[in-house]
Amino acid sequence: MTAPTYDLGKLHGGLRLEGRKTEATREPIYRVPVPAQLILPISQHVGDDAQPVVGIGERVLKGQLIAEPDGTLGAPVHASSSGKVVAIEPWPVARRFGAKAPCIVIECDGEDTPIERAETPPPYNTLPPDVLLAMILQGGIVGLGGAVFPTAQKLMQAVTCELEYLILNGVECEPYISCDDVLMREHAHQVLGGAQILMHALSLNVGYVVVESDKPEAIQRLAEVMSELNDDRLVLKQVPTIYPSGGEDQLVQLVTNLEVPSGGLPTDIGCLVQNVGTAAAIYDWIIDHEPLVSRITTITGDGIAQPMNVEARLGTTVADIVNFAGGYTDRAQQLIIGGPMTGKSVTIDEVPIVKATNCILVLSEPATIGDERPCIRCGECAEVCPIQLLPQQLFWYACADNEAKLREHGLIDCIECGCCDLVCPSHIPLTADFRKAKGRIQELADEKARAERARQRFEARNQRLEKEQQDRDRELAGQKEAAKQAGPAAIAEILKRKQQGSEDD
Amino acid sequence: MWPAVLTIALIALLAGLALSYAYRSLPPETSGLVERVNELLPQTQCAQCGYPGCRPYAAAVVAGSAGINLCAPGGEETVRRLADLLGKDVLPLAEATPLQRAVAIIDENRCIGCTHCRSACPVDAIVGAHQLMHTVIAAECTGCELCVAPCPVDCISMRSSG
Repeated sequence: MTAPTYDLGKLHGGLRLEGRKTEATREPIYRVPVPAQLILPISQHVGDDAQPVVGIGERVLKGQLIAEPDGTLGAPVHASSSGKVVAIEPWPVARRFGAKAPCIVIECDGEDTPIERAETPPPYNTLPPDVLLAMILQGGIVGLGGAVFPTAQKLMQAVTCELEYLILNGVECEPYISCDDVLMREHAHQVLGGAQILMHALSLNVGYVVVESDKPEAIQRLAEVMSELNDDRLVLKQVPTIYPSGGEDQLVQLVTNLEVPSGGLPTDIGCLVQNVGTAAAIYDWIIDHEPLVSRITTITGDGIAQPMNVEARLGTTVADIVNFAGGYTDRAQQLIIGGPMTGKSVTIDEVPIVKATNCILVLSEPATIGDERPCIRCGECAEVCPIQLLPQQLFWYACADNEAKLREHGLIDCIECGCCDLVCPSHIPLTADFRKAKGRIQELADEKARAERARQRFEARNQRLEKEQQDRDRELAGQKEAAKQAGPAAIAEILKRKQQGSEDD
Repeated sequence: MWPAVLTIALIALLAGLALSYAYRSLPPETSGLVERVNELLPQTQCAQCGYPGCRPYAAAVVAGSAGINLCAPGGEETVRRLADLLGKDVLPLAEATPLQRAVAIIDENRCIGCTHCRSACPVDAIVGAHQLMHTVIAAECTGCELCVAPCPVDCISMRSSG
């Protein structure tokens, strides 16, 4: 059984990459046992860090809230298992340059006692959308496709727009990664149930479930469950296997043939995109009242003894999972958190699995391809760029640090997919250069905003000082005037007192 | 051919005269320029240039009484931009070491609450009442160091903020 591939929009560029997914999808999803120690970063999402609400030494239960969102954008963090909080301290996490981030460390008691459910909530379809959104916020759910944008806030933004379609992203186009594939095979019910909840929350009538053509098993399973559910709002769509068709904007373009405007969001053109894993997490939270405390992760690569997909508690270290998958092979050289195109290379395996971790990739040799040589302006990069940018031109401006031109040529729209790197015959690390240039532009913008604020405060202060000075002058003038009027009488008084004084002597 | 050459030469001469007359007699448009120069300055309000803030310095630069290379926190980047805007040559920075981005930190145990630093702060980033402890609003601090000198107990230090 296949879903139709016709009536699709066109995607510019992109690459057909070797999938290398079958090694990990041969086996079912294994559950990694709860480790002795869990390390939970307080920031596993885009936005402000969550603030810990537990103290050191406190006993926590599985699913208990341990850090609350702080600020306008954020998501809560829940304990992945029961145990005792032993530390809240910086710990290495999968970030660039091996930076450390504050983490809550829990020593597990092995009992895995879940927190008691307060009361059974009414069925979701009797709840008004805003109540449902507030509930989703409490589940700690974030976009599990890798961007980890807090789902509740994404939905709250979406309800303010005129929406037409829900697009469930099951494309998973990056090589090696197969966690969404196995999720759809084994938990299709949760995925589609999550889609129904989302459609109810946003009062949508069309939900496209989009899967790449290299996942026939997942497509078949979804189709089966769909016929069971008998919900004619859900439509299964199959897209060709081209990287990066799973990017949010690219997927919208493929499915609706509409282009997301530069600097805009899919909601601007009536689409809300959610990853299939996110939908399943919403189902688990709303129906089974299980917050986001575990996720499916692919552990694969030729440096791993038994590539597989595992369901691991958030906070389990990469080392624990590698051990579970039979350990490293002799050829293991490089550890990447994420996929080969967009992942982050890390040097230690003590980093924890977080909400964003969709893949642990261990490769036998670093993916360097050769020495960087000068750009020959062949234009290959522009051919493959899915955003239709001109990477060769951007590269020029990035080297010259020409901020205005970089903006003009749409650097901000670059999704850092890495296609240009891969085809460059001169082996120029374009994506890395663009990432750096983006950081620089952001820095300049921040600097400008800061300067503007300082200017306003300086001017406000000057105005205040001027006003104070005027008030003082006025008061002084008033006193002088009063003294002048009372003058002769006062002087006579003083003289009289002096005279009396001398007489007394 | 000669009539053509003469005509063109005459037009060029007349245009040149008109332009030089206009340059001398018409007032230069400076008010907008001051704002634009001010926009390029880092707004630290540190007064290291010798003027009591960024805008006064911008006005002095436009008036021609100050060089474009006096802004230490702005660094060479600012000199380059000012040179671009004003069509002047890039000069090396007058101050050899540009300031690093920093914020002032008050050692709250030693603060005696004299309010001297509070009145020195050009952006009102220090709060605290008379005879009570003061503190710096780090997010608003521009790192100008103007509060360091007035402190009678030397309890203010600058800390790099990346």
